Amino acid sequence: MAQKVKINLTVNGKAYQREVEPRLLLSDFIRHDLGLTGTHVGCEHGLCGACTVLVDGEAVRSCILFAVQVDGSEVRTVESLGTPDNLHPLQQAFIEKHALQCGFCTPGFLMTIVEYLGKNPNPSDEEIREAIDGNFCRCTGYVNIVEAVRLAAQKMASH
Amino acid sequence: MKPAPFDYYAPTSIEEALANLHELGYDGKVLAGGQSLIPAMNFRMARPAALVDLNRIKELFYIKPVDDGSLAIGTMTRDSLVEHDPIVVQRFPIIPFVVKHIAHTQIRNRGTFGGAIAHADPAAQIPALAVALKARLLVRKQGGQRWVNSEDFFLGPFMTVLEPEELLAEVVLPPMAKRSGASYQQVSRQKGGYAQAAVITIVTLDESNRCKEARVVLFSVGETPILSKAASQVLVGSAPSPAVIAQAAEQIARVEVDPGSDLHGSGEYRRQLVNVLVERALTEAFERAK
Amino acid sequence: MAGKFVHQSIKRNEDPDLITGKVQFLDDIELPGMLHAAFKRADYAHARILNIDVSEARKLPGVIAVYTAADFGDYIKPGPLQVPPPTAIKGATYTARTTLPIAVDKVRFSGEPVAVVIAESRYIAEDACDLIFVDYDPLDAVVDLEKAAQPGAPLVHDDTGSNLAGHVFQERGSWEQAVKESDLVVKRRFFINRVAGAAMENRGIVVKWDALAKEMTIWCGTQSPIALRNQTAARLGLFESQVRVISPNTGGGFGPKINTSMPDDVLLTYLAIKLERPIKWYEDRRENFLATTSERDQVHYCEIALKKDGTVLGFKDYFFHNSGAYNPYMMTIPLNTQTHTVSNYRIPHFQTEFNLVFTNQMIATPVRGAGRPFGTFVIERMLDAAAKELGMDKVEIRRKNLLKSTEYPAYTGIIGQDFVEGVLDSGDYPTALEKTVEMIGYDQFRKEIQPRLRAEGKYVGIGVACFTEGTAVGPYEGAKITVGGNGKVVVSTGISSQGQGHYTSFAQIVADQLAVDVKDVKVITGDTGFFGWGAGTFASRGITVAGTAIYLAAQKVHDKALKLASKILEAPVEELELVDGVVRVADVPAKFISLGDLAMRANPQRGVMEPGAEPGLEAIAYYGPPYGATGAGAMAMIVEVDAQTMKVKVDQLAMVHDCGTPVNPMIVEGQVHGGIQMGIGDAFYEELVYDETGQLVTASFMDYLFPQASDMPAKIELGHLETPSPLNPLGLKGVGEAGAIPTPAVFAQAVEDALKDSGVEFTQDTLSPSRIFTFVQKAKGG
Repeated sequence: MAQKVKINLTVNGKAYQREVEPRLLLSDFIRHDLGLTGTHVGCEHGLCGACTVLVDGEAVRSCILFAVQVDGSEVRTVESLGTPDNLHPLQQAFIEKHALQCGFCTPGFLMTIVEYLGKNPNPSDEEIREAIDGNFCRCTGYVNIVEAVRLAAQKMASH
Repeated sequence: MKPAPFDYYAPTSIEEALANLHELGYDGKVLAGGQSLIPAMNFRMARPAALVDLNRIKELFYIKPVDDGSLAIGTMTRDSLVEHDPIVVQRFPIIPFVVKHIAHTQIRNRGTFGGAIAHADPAAQIPALAVALKARLLVRKQGGQRWVNSEDFFLGPFMTVLEPEELLAEVVLPPMAKRSGASYQQVSRQKGGYAQAAVITIVTLDESNRCKEARVVLFSVGETPILSKAASQVLVGSAPSPAVIAQAAEQIARVEVDPGSDLHGSGEYRRQLVNVLVERALTEAFERAK
Repeated sequence: MAGKFVHQSIKRNEDPDLITGKVQFLDDIELPGMLHAAFKRADYAHARILNIDVSEARKLPGVIAVYTAADFGDYIKPGPLQVPPPTAIKGATYTARTTLPIAVDKVRFSGEPVAVVIAESRYIAEDACDLIFVDYDPLDAVVDLEKAAQPGAPLVHDDTGSNLAGHVFQERGSWEQAVKESDLVVKRRFFINRVAGAAMENRGIVVKWDALAKEMTIWCGTQSPIALRNQTAARLGLFESQVRVISPNTGGGFGPKINTSMPDDVLLTYLAIKLERPIKWYEDRRENFLATTSERDQVHYCEIALKKDGTVLGFKDYFFHNSGAYNPYMMTIPLNTQTHTVSNYRIPHFQTEFNLVFTNQMIATPVRGAGRPFGTFVIERMLDAAAKELGMDKVEIRRKNLLKSTEYPAYTGIIGQDFVEGVLDSGDYPTALEKTVEMIGYDQFRKEIQPRLRAEGKYVGIGVACFTEGTAVGPYEGAKITVGGNGKVVVSTGISSQGQGHYTSFAQIVADQLAVDVKDVKVITGDTGFFGWGAGTFASRGITVAGTAIYLAAQKVHDKALKLASKILEAPVEELELVDGVVRVADVPAKFISLGDLAMRANPQRGVMEPGAEPGLEAIAYYGPPYGATGAGAMAMIVEVDAQTMKVKVDQLAMVHDCGTPVNPMIVEGQVHGGIQMGIGDAFYEELVYDETGQLVTASFMDYLFPQASDMPAKIELGHLETPSPLNPLGLKGVGEAGAIPTPAVFAQAVEDALKDSGVEFTQDTLSPSRIFTFVQKAKGG
């Protein structure tokens, strides 16, 4: 059994110190060690995007990162966005445009889009589609997600 | 789909990493971006006994312009950084255009320029880019180093000249010649997906608008990136007319590549793609060179 | 039928929790002492098991138990049939070989479990699987559907004599008569590919056995919680009341989650009792591809007989349906194919016959569409082929043969998946077609746009097809509604939810009946602790069958409230009204009692209760339709093809659908969008491929192409048509599968139209660019 490794990191603004097996996937660490189950796991080979979180501000797939790799980093998950009573504008836009159905893939989308709109606050529809191509959704057909991103961009611009 | 256990090394300097690799020999495997390695480990198709993680080695993350016009890229430089770096965009406009076709943002945020070359996936963009741009690769090991030309680096699918204790440390891209133009063409089933056939072309014109040099690198249609010889033979010295371009494309598709059939395309179809894509890429590259 | 809430696009009750990640999906469940399971799966598609060595695995630290079939003893038996055989069909024959939870002696598909490991973590459980060594004697794999049906083919089940798992022949009119009267008979062979449900959340289960209370709790994202409870209880010798199945938030179903008595639920319920520890198994994506169920592959031999003017006289279809290694789901899919082949067209003579065939592949059970898309594919392709031979316009041939709006109810003469004759209850198919054609601009495209673009060197094409969606089949669903002392309403039903918006649309139905706000209706689905009767979420039946039961239960509560209020307010029921959460005297609004107070009064604590009275503002109701309500519509698509690379871009998609009364139009549109995406996948990207040894070579999202945002049409336009179903009070029909049904047929027609210069004709779905290229080469004589 490989030796455990001590890691220090910040998740949603809170500092954690943990000892983990090197092979522990970041997705499992976030979900099962920290109990932040808003991040979901859909494929564990880096394709579906459900597990997307931000590491040092950049969207990454947490299922193909080891927890030991984010030692010293700052991680953000869906739990850092809004709460049911105080939603992030992107979350509001998703609800208004019916951009979620089962909701399983949604946190991954949100984290991808939060990062993307930070870099490109006024994207075209084609750019939006490209930006979310790395996130799979089986329920919505993406149509309303694209609309929600457009609406969120407007909301966030006027904030 | 959980990876098998492994020993973990987290060096903070190149020297330390080289010492780890030296000590581990065949048991050691470098972890750079991990965007290909970790999925393979999750499927348990890859089971390295030990990983040497380069992510804490700050001295491997850089894009450094060199005075002679070339550009040195540290092996751990993330794809997304290369994609958006202003000097890269200015000196090698083809690079961002190619790199943005690598998977999706989330992957490019972690994937590394050097890691992709060392991984040598025959369907990957960056190895082909390295060959097309005549990259020189700095390979280091404990107590030594060597330079390898990108053309000589790749031996087969996922196989390179790297020895187990060696590390690809830096990629140096020589300056693009004057009056040169580049183009990238690929067909993949989906955006961000693996190419079924792809080509990078870099052509240079002389004063009389004749082709001085033509580098046509195909990938995803063979075991390594394929640098076309036929392209030079047909094109160099001639004016790049549609007929000549068509002749070069046909020659390449018919003689130089032999793409097999796979899940998503027959060999015959992919051969046709090579023909079409080379023709389109050469046409565009010559246009840009003018 | 519109109400204050029904027929309104109300934002969903469930969204604020879902969007913030504050909900519990299966893998989010953590219990004290919980163990984790992993399955050792067969590497071969067909092989005898000579020996399984688990000794190394058992020694691994952290491993609690390793079980093979032998360790389970008599407990290992083939599971029950999930769907009965169609005995209502004269002459139907079948051989039932139902799912084995773990391979005994022989493996029948690659991925079938041969051992199960229980360990302290999933990581360790997978390590242990690597230490299990199985000796196999490989057998010839039965892979090709038609060859499997031939005499002398290797047998999937040694004792069956052949791989034929079932046979059904149905005919209305006489095909021979049709041929006799016809001017033209066109014949074609079609191949339909296999696809995965590929819900974003994989399957999974958590089992907890309380050894003191002797009660089992099962959390499972199942589409049929009641079947899971009942089968588990029966198998373990428990009362149903000792087993509670909870379907937590579920990340999509799309069919495969309907299955019960699967290896996971059979083995892990047993082991949870044996080990007295809770056990979790969350399937990984590879397992989902390999060993959960999937659907689609069929081979059809079709003939269509017509008059010169395009009038269809008859249709004959002889097809093979791949059942996979076992057939627990019997004939639902091919029966759906039969009923959806000619349902919307007036075709007097229809003969349809199929063979259900065992192969060494994963089990086939419904996936969104469930047989409907292929019936639609073959009839629509045959109409295209006929139109081509007759030199007729493709819309015109459909116009000519569609049932008119005056022809309902139309009896199809073909028995369907619910074992009764298919009846088209209502609809207006011609209007759906005309509206679609208008939305896409068919005439202008044909006359102006296409020739102009073709002259510019662009290959653009248009496709138009019609479809029906048999929905809302029986047998029944039920619901219980209770008004609380807080004046809010709880409704529970036996079906479970996988993202369809039940927490809102069901609440809308209740809110209208009980005059409360939608937000004040709490909907509980898929928890047998609350409601224990029903069949499940499948066949686009949730809103219609469970929704109608809910409507009926709400009416009962409404009447009960008025009756009780009449006593309290001392006014006759006829003078009372239920408004804004209170019952009041219509003429004297000041004289009222709130629903909450009524609920308290409905449970008297002292005194005497009137004979025959029942306590509580509570009621249960059931609804079972005589036959399913049929939705319908039409779809059109404009594509552009790069004639050199054969890459296809869908520029525009228009669809008109009719699901009767849409309870929540926003949700309905979302369902249709999702269906279209699956249809696009089916038409162009998704394909489960087995090699000749029976290995699945598409067991990851690297190889199985899942449609992404950029793969969707740039523009989707939906049109709504409402012909309320006469079968239920709200006029409902299902809609969950609509989008998936016509898409492959429309896509094939559109691409064919774009490349018509080549004379190409497509006879299969999943038209990858390479496949299009091959078809075109063939058409050119290459």
